[in-house]
Amino acid sequence: MNKESHSSLSSYLLGFMLSLLLTGTVYIVATRHLFDGGGLVLVIMILALAQALTQLMLFLHLGQETKPRWKLGVFLFMLMVLLILVGGSLWIMQNLNYNMAMPATDTMKDERIYR
Amino acid sequence: MNSLASDQVMTKNDKTVLGFWIYLMTDVILFATLFATYAVLRNNTFGGPSGKDLFNMPFVLTETLILLTSSFVCGLSVLAARRGSKNQAQMWLSLTFLLGMVFILMEISEFHRLIVDGNSWQRSGFLSAFFTLVGTHGAHITVGLIWLVVLRWQMFTKGFTDSTLRRLTLFSLFWHFLDVVWIFIFSIVYLMGVA
Repeated sequence: MNKESHSSLSSYLLGFMLSLLLTGTVYIVATRHLFDGGGLVLVIMILALAQALTQLMLFLHLGQETKPRWKLGVFLFMLMVLLILVGGSLWIMQNLNYNMAMPATDTMKDERIYR
Repeated sequence: MNSLASDQVMTKNDKTVLGFWIYLMTDVILFATLFATYAVLRNNTFGGPSGKDLFNMPFVLTETLILLTSSFVCGLSVLAARRGSKNQAQMWLSLTFLLGMVFILMEISEFHRLIVDGNSWQRSGFLSAFFTLVGTHGAHITVGLIWLVVLRWQMFTKGFTDSTLRRLTLFSLFWHFLDVVWIFIFSIVYLMGVA
């Protein structure tokens, strides 16, 4: 019992330290413009996912339950819905933007439509 | 057949935690729709200011660190309560509340400044999406603070019973979860906004 509470204190401390480190890193990278354009977006997303994973494992104890892993199952299903929802929305809206909001001559050139 | 061995039967505590976990996962779906809306509308500023013109990054970084510390301190409170050190648990919980309160007051002052300057949610599609996403997170934090007051009151009147401990566990899940959502608001709204 005592050993267990000690190990979770160290997991909270580790989670806090890693989160501080990742927050500081992403802040410096973004405000000093160490990357540009798509590269910067990619780096910010990777660091955000790393910090989310850190906190999910060390603060929310995801993946530490015993065998019928219901929490993990619900989490993975949520992840699938999330990807469909966000990815699908962005895909549809980008398509709509491309087909409706660009000058028609550009679209025709891209799609190799000739009169 | 060993599937009903006593160590595999879910206790009442496990069931409650699982039920609350399922609620949290559906709450992620709510935030996901708001994030998708924001991502679609972020460039629709209607001739008004964009994130680059509006966001005060040192201020937002301070908010982020305060919420992160609040989440960590909340974890310390749960550990202290499980160990049975009531005074420590109460102290960490008070600090959790204090930091959460500072966070929400900073957010309100940010919103207030934006609205006073004429950049409310009516200004552009970008600002509508911004206020909805960040405001929904702020509403969750506010509910968490009310929950914390009720929890403290229950601990005061009933002491550290099984049910108050269970509620403390659920509250800590809620609070850690809100910090995870904030990581994405900080990254996608603020950092990508000024980049």
